[in-house]
Amino acid sequence: MACFLVSATEAVLVTVVKKAIESKEKAPEEIQVKFEGNTLEKGTKIRFTEKLKWLGNMLWGGSALLAFEHVWHGEVVPWFPFLTAASDPADAAEMLHEMSTVGVSMAVLVTGVWGIMVWVSSVMEKNAQKPMKA
Amino acid sequence: MTLLTTVFAAIICTIIWYKTAPKSEMKVGTLCLMYWGASLMWLVDAIFEYAELQAEYFTPAPADMLNDFFLGLSVVALGLIIWLGILLIKDPKGVVKRTLFKTE
Repeated sequence: MACFLVSATEAVLVTVVKKAIESKEKAPEEIQVKFEGNTLEKGTKIRFTEKLKWLGNMLWGGSALLAFEHVWHGEVVPWFPFLTAASDPADAAEMLHEMSTVGVSMAVLVTGVWGIMVWVSSVMEKNAQKPMKA
Repeated sequence: MTLLTTVFAAIICTIIWYKTAPKSEMKVGTLCLMYWGASLMWLVDAIFEYAELQAEYFTPAPADMLNDFFLGLSVVALGLIIWLGILLIKDPKGVVKRTLFKTE
């Protein structure tokens, strides 16, 4: 009914947090990375804001495509109150229930998958890097 | 069917991204993440629907399946349109800028 709104709200928050961190973030650390055959190349670590962008893209993209699905099913309309369920109290209660169950689960799963991506990338960074000697 | 269509779109995009990475001139990574985000969200939707319908979930009416497939294709098309918009606005290869300002 309006489950995508939970993810869309999280997407807004992630974008705001990303903008706030971006201005304070230090320049990425230069490292040496080991590749196949023990070859070494210079590189920089991925900034945390770059990783936050992954979450933002998943949340924004997913919410936009789900919003389209809701338009397709007539649950979102281009006139006030925009959500067809919002005009009837019984439907509105059902909508809120769906948001608190399906919507929250969607946001949690996307954030969880992002967390795994960040963890895996950190492990890969640690395994591949060799600090540069001054 | 919508979930399946989006998952296939996400897999194809990820393969294209892997082939072209680490260069991100075409911003395929953004498209990948968009499709994966939507796929995860529809997966949750499918789990809740399965919990409600049980085995009936796997035997949808042909008309519903066709409608869902049509929706899936439309979702993929919308994703591509959003990606195209991002690509033209961010213009990582400077093509739009060069066309607008006719640099030599």
